[in-house]
Amino acid sequence: MFGADELVFTLPHVVAGTMVLSITAYVLLAGADFGGGVWDLLARGARKAQQRKLIADAIGPVWEANHVWLILVVVMMFSCFPAAFAHFSTELHVPLTLMLVGVVLRGSAFTFRSYDVSGGANQARWGMVFSIASLMTPIILGVCIGTVAAGNIPMDVGTSRTFVERFVSPWITPFAFSVGALTLALFALLAATYLTIEARSADVREDFRKRALSAMVAVAVVAALTLFLAKRDAALVYHGLTSGWRALLLIGATAIFALIASVALLTRAFQIARVAVGALASFIVWGWAWSQYPFLMPPDRTIMSLAAPRATLMWTMSVLIVGTLILLPSFLYLFRVFKSVDRVDVPSDSPSSLDSTHS
Amino acid sequence: MSDLLAARSQMAMSLAFHIVFAVVGMGMPALMVIAEWRWYKKRDPVLLDLAKRWAKGTAILFAVGAVSGTVLSFELGLLWPTFMQHAGPVVSMPFSLEGFAFFTEAIFLGIYLYAWKRISAKAHVAAGVIVAISGALSGAFVVCANSWMNAPVGFTVTNGVVTDVRPMVAMFNPAAVAEVIHMMFAAYAATGIAVAGIHAYALLRGTLRPAFHRAAVQTALFVSVPAMLLQPLSGDFSTRDVAKRQPIKFAALDGHLHAGPAALVVGGWIDERNLTRKASIEIPGAISLLLKFDSKAIVPGLDSVPVADRPPAGIVHIAFQVMVACGLALATVGAWSAWRAWRRRRGSGVALPADRTYLKALVVTAPLGFIAIEAGWTVTEIGRQPWIVQDFLRTSDAVTPMPGLIVPFLGFTLLYIGLAIMVTYLLWMQILKTGITPLGGHQPPVVSETTEYNVRR
Repeated sequence: MFGADELVFTLPHVVAGTMVLSITAYVLLAGADFGGGVWDLLARGARKAQQRKLIADAIGPVWEANHVWLILVVVMMFSCFPAAFAHFSTELHVPLTLMLVGVVLRGSAFTFRSYDVSGGANQARWGMVFSIASLMTPIILGVCIGTVAAGNIPMDVGTSRTFVERFVSPWITPFAFSVGALTLALFALLAATYLTIEARSADVREDFRKRALSAMVAVAVVAALTLFLAKRDAALVYHGLTSGWRALLLIGATAIFALIASVALLTRAFQIARVAVGALASFIVWGWAWSQYPFLMPPDRTIMSLAAPRATLMWTMSVLIVGTLILLPSFLYLFRVFKSVDRVDVPSDSPSSLDSTHS
Repeated sequence: MSDLLAARSQMAMSLAFHIVFAVVGMGMPALMVIAEWRWYKKRDPVLLDLAKRWAKGTAILFAVGAVSGTVLSFELGLLWPTFMQHAGPVVSMPFSLEGFAFFTEAIFLGIYLYAWKRISAKAHVAAGVIVAISGALSGAFVVCANSWMNAPVGFTVTNGVVTDVRPMVAMFNPAAVAEVIHMMFAAYAATGIAVAGIHAYALLRGTLRPAFHRAAVQTALFVSVPAMLLQPLSGDFSTRDVAKRQPIKFAALDGHLHAGPAALVVGGWIDERNLTRKASIEIPGAISLLLKFDSKAIVPGLDSVPVADRPPAGIVHIAFQVMVACGLALATVGAWSAWRAWRRRRGSGVALPADRTYLKALVVTAPLGFIAIEAGWTVTEIGRQPWIVQDFLRTSDAVTPMPGLIVPFLGFTLLYIGLAIMVTYLLWMQILKTGITPLGGHQPPVVSETTEYNVRR
């Protein structure tokens, strides 16, 4: 078995690293959109309607663009690691399908709620579908990641197994579900922290500050639980996260940013909190990536062994470089337009009815 | 239902659903931005209102397109893992490029839809132009990936392993040009005529805002008419391309059963099992003449390949006829529209709101573009069977080993039916808000169209 002590830079590794960066972008951007849906579900108190309005305004213009990071990861996976993609989507057919149902319901219910002008009851129903789908989808995404990382779907096992043995048991594990819970808590933390900055009133800002702090507690508890379960169920992950100075550095950085973010939230330094929470989420993603390095499909298939022919990797990376040159300024422009000045001018007759003042 | 059939049904259903939204994602941005550009030049508030109204419809349709497209990108692996394992690295180029084109489209559509008051009019129009261009590119790239399945090049198979992968060669495969052009025209024609038909319906029923609906019909037709007129030429080019590259698909779409001089077969039913035709009208030698300028020229028939290599010709033949019939009807409407526009420009002819026959024609032909698109994709996809990659990989060898595929097939079908109902309802609510009288509601007095029109004259 390979030791995970040496980081190798070959073309396949660069591509895999780029995939990790895309996943990071997905977590930081789309993750917060899912987290927003969770807070929509949990909206309560006197400012329930204002909380929901803020969430809807924050998600509305950006969620589709943020969502494309996932599609990019899928495309990179089937282009550059086709055997891994084929294996992953065969063995995880059931949870991936459930996740897709969540993706469809989240996006369409959010849009339907925004554009359904037929009245409060229908909008509330779509809001419920939107928020429950926002809760389910990250959990299943985490379950899929946890299952792969734990090496529960090895590539060399024969096919003479029952349906349950092959397509259900590998992902119905405490470890996979704790990764799912961690994903959810992390998305909720990102959303609540971002919303403290986007809030237009001090009260609502305070609401989301409290939510961010409770999400931080949840992240810490679930992360500890995940590590504990990893020791029992996912030796590879546990080993990867605890041995070697690089692993300890990653864990240390994660803990430090968690601390900075907590202090910043407590002292209402919201800009710092946003950066620190983003760094925390990134280090969790990178910790997972490192824990399974050099394997793309743990327990035994490496990035090198699963890579597509060199021509494909070269061309894909070229497209990624050129694409990123267009993409980054576009994203910066998008966020400058929507995440700086006042509030979003939502289409006049749409989500405004989420306001309690309007019906 | 076998798992293979369930997987094929799920894929067909997902594609048939998504393509409507994908096409709208190509066509609507063009319509919106042209309306807004006209407003920018003329400062007629009706045109701005039109751009905003269309933007709302686009927002609903684009969201459903984005999520159903995500489903498809995963379904490639969920249903056809063996296909993706072999084809993924080869068709990587169009898919990666499509990813970025779609990225750009989503970013600037977000800006377009939500930043009316946040950025200058000029920047807003520019955002719309970027959406329109990236939407078109995104569609073109996906079609390149599909055309590779019809004309697989850019790789070598050595002992069952794909080697010597040349992604750019694969992307610019020989079938790409014909397919991309055909799909582009189809997208603009279908979106434009559907939108024109909706607004023509408002004018027919009588509306409080004739100027709005008139501008809508004109803008939609401005996009649609050139595409409707050029599409028969592109169709001819595509069909010749198929005849050359996929002779058995061509035999199926024509209903040409036995190798030999080929007749033009109109209508009828093909019994592919017994290689017979029923109730069709035939012009002997016409296809041979069209293809090879010789009515006696031999054209491969369905019987030129073993039974196991034949597509279900009955469906393909019907779908092809439906597509061609819709396309010709649309071309006729396109010619009529061009003729009307020419006459109006010379100061003669009847004003649009008063030309009821023409408005009725627009309403009747409104759905034909989308019907043609569904039929056309049926020809492409069913006509390629039993191959998923023509002559290299069979669909039956590409399917996932996952059992019980009827469950996700039924699940997604129900989900999409629900979405379709909801989208239709929401669009109808948006349409009602443009001042068209609700069905069964009381009829407001019809505004005198001619008065309004006389001003312009």
